[in-house]
Amino acid sequence: MTDPVPIYMLVIVGAIMVGAYRLIYGRAARLVTPDMSGSSTFHAQPRHHARLAAALTGLTGALIYIAGMSLRGPAPGLAADALWLAILLIVCCGPIALAIRNVRPNFAARSHIERMAETGLMLLAFVALLTTVGIVASLLFEATLFFRDVSVFEFLFGTHWSPQTPIRAGGAGQSGVFGAVPVFAGTFLITLIAMAVAGPVGLMVAIYLSEYASPQTRAIAKPAIEVLAGIPTVVYGFFALISVGPAIQEFADVFGANVAVQSALAAGLVMGVMIIPLISSLSDDVIRAVPQKLRDGSAALGATQSETLIRVVFRSALPGIIGAFLLAISRAVGETMIVVMAAGWAANLTANPFDAVTTVTVQIVALLTGDQVFDSPRTLAAFALGLVLFIITLLLNFAALAVVNRYRRGFE
Amino acid sequence: MSGLDLDFDLGITPTAAVRMRKRHAAERRFRTYGRAAVMFAIAALVWLLVAIIVTGASAFTQHWVTIDLTVEAKSQSVPNDRLRLAKGLALAFDVPSDDETRAELLDIVSASAATAQLNARNGDDEITLTIPASNIIDQYLKGHIDTDLPADQRKISDRQIQWVERLQAEGRIKRRFNSALFANPDSRDPERAGLASAIIGSALIVLIASALALPVGVGAAIYLDSFAPRTGWGGRLTRVLEVNINNLAAVPSIVFGLLGLAVFINFFGLQRSIPLVGGLVLALRMFPTIVIASRSALLAVPDSLTDSALSLGASRMQAVFNHRVPLAAPGILTGSIIGMAQALGATAPLLMIGMVAFVTSMPASPMDPATALPVQIYLWSGSADAAWAERTSAAIISLLVILMLINGLAIFLRERLQRRRKL
Repeated sequence: MTDPVPIYMLVIVGAIMVGAYRLIYGRAARLVTPDMSGSSTFHAQPRHHARLAAALTGLTGALIYIAGMSLRGPAPGLAADALWLAILLIVCCGPIALAIRNVRPNFAARSHIERMAETGLMLLAFVALLTTVGIVASLLFEATLFFRDVSVFEFLFGTHWSPQTPIRAGGAGQSGVFGAVPVFAGTFLITLIAMAVAGPVGLMVAIYLSEYASPQTRAIAKPAIEVLAGIPTVVYGFFALISVGPAIQEFADVFGANVAVQSALAAGLVMGVMIIPLISSLSDDVIRAVPQKLRDGSAALGATQSETLIRVVFRSALPGIIGAFLLAISRAVGETMIVVMAAGWAANLTANPFDAVTTVTVQIVALLTGDQVFDSPRTLAAFALGLVLFIITLLLNFAALAVVNRYRRGFE
Repeated sequence: MSGLDLDFDLGITPTAAVRMRKRHAAERRFRTYGRAAVMFAIAALVWLLVAIIVTGASAFTQHWVTIDLTVEAKSQSVPNDRLRLAKGLALAFDVPSDDETRAELLDIVSASAATAQLNARNGDDEITLTIPASNIIDQYLKGHIDTDLPADQRKISDRQIQWVERLQAEGRIKRRFNSALFANPDSRDPERAGLASAIIGSALIVLIASALALPVGVGAAIYLDSFAPRTGWGGRLTRVLEVNINNLAAVPSIVFGLLGLAVFINFFGLQRSIPLVGGLVLALRMFPTIVIASRSALLAVPDSLTDSALSLGASRMQAVFNHRVPLAAPGILTGSIIGMAQALGATAPLLMIGMVAFVTSMPASPMDPATALPVQIYLWSGSADAAWAERTSAAIISLLVILMLINGLAIFLRERLQRRRKL
């Protein structure tokens, strides 16, 4: 950064806060003289007075800092910055003077500072709400702009997706064609393949590790499988590209079929492996939460262990397992890097897993990387896709949470 | 009676015995499925790691060539260092200096590294150059080029193989540790490309993200745990906040990238592909993870501690900050470090805010264009060349090692802090 003044100003605000703290602490400590019983006549301790003073000056300083930053142009010159500094120093005298006046026995400094702290913590919690509002607002805003050019109906039900602006201006479909059905279909196909791998494998891993495996096996296998969850998705994408894709290619070659390295199958299989630990650890939790007396009752009636597991444990854990599956689907739909690297960019409307397909996330990346003009339908289409993605994952998460909560209530 | 088997004596009919055998077989099958599922998951992990390590291991070394050259001074007929180099090489290998030969000669060493050295010595000169071999020669020496193919289908020509064999016979080719991989920024030439700028970019992004998300996330968790109202309208708002945070944690990371693009770049007008924006976006991404981890750590602290502090006259704030938070600190720390590890591996949100630029300089501040380690992996993975494939794998190995260290640190700190608490 070429302009160091804002950083200096921040340092000055910090220095004023430290100064206020030490000034007030010293003053209060001198005035607070313990009486015979060892307790002071003051309502609050020196550090509470000092913290309140530092917080008030800090807030004032921050306000002036923000005001200065927003009023200040790109190169305001020395005079303007000097004025800014002067205002900061003068105005910060206010809270310090107030704090000096308040160093007296009956001033409840602790209550004040604690109320301020609580308000501060509350504001931090509202950052979450602000983020959601930000996501919804920005997606809706840009998507509305997009739907001015392209009708919602065409976007949701059109079967031709080709967003590249044609070279010849004025031709038909000058801004590309935005029928997103092939994109949705590709997402669905890959999610289906991923769940076909991760669903049974993840569930069986959870059942085996929680019911059959010895503690030693569990102690090794469970962390090993959870390593899969810690690997960045870009690594899975590369793995699909250099290992799984070519392996599928060779396998298809044996049967005389010609398959590209990028295929729905390669991306789906690798995504399935990525999701295994998500399903297995969530299912593991719910399977372990099933009361032991249900298992004992089943065993007492002569059921084998697998019969107990399938007919009693699985059935009582079913809502939790459904919740886990829904979360896994939401994860698969929103996964980006694996499909960007291994599924392909061309929008084919096909159900053949050996073909390259494209997904919502791949198209968002395709539309937004490279040079872009912000208001072209091409970039705005990415936000429309993002909105669809957000709504789908939101619904899946809500459904998952609802199912899991209901299940928890059932056992309590 | 003697014809009947034991089962019948025990009161089990033959049909029941058959059924029993079937049920037991089903039990064994079920167990096998379970074992197979665990095996499958672990085999996938092993395959992934082996594939990456096998492709990437050779990228940690690089062949260097030492070569004695007699070069002409720059003149009207020899206007640039490339031509000086090509002519010198032709002399050294005793071959005619026609256009085709020159192109082949320039392809055996890292031409950009060589011309940089030649540029410094601008006269008629005898020079000994020690420079990286070109990626073609490097890949050939590492055995990545199939020499059984006809010459027009492989990258290395027969003449180039002869030259390399001659250099090898003279002991002029050495295999060294590929320090460029960690010391250099990105480059178009694989033999000069490195991860340094990506590592610095990643460090800046993760630092900014943690500096923002940690205090805010832990603060929000403390509020929701100890101060948020539970009844009435306030209680309803608290529940909205809690559901909201759970949902935010499951929102696809690419959506956070879209948010960053729309808000930080489009609305606030910040520059694209700078670590500051990357850090802001990943801070939002980390925030729900940290809140959820901190909340469960706080929830695990028994209420009796806070209650006894309150009964001794502490204020709510004092009870929470002096007794509840310190006990939850190991859990909060572990959750935060795992959140940092996730931020380090995040790629998709950074693509959205344009961190895919080709950056050949080191970022000196959070306002300089930069790239991040996972994005660098994505960029390198795009080219099919063997030299890039091995470097991509090497970058992945580096990323995984860093992640392993971070997770190891989290486990170590948790164990240590917990032990101290127990005393």
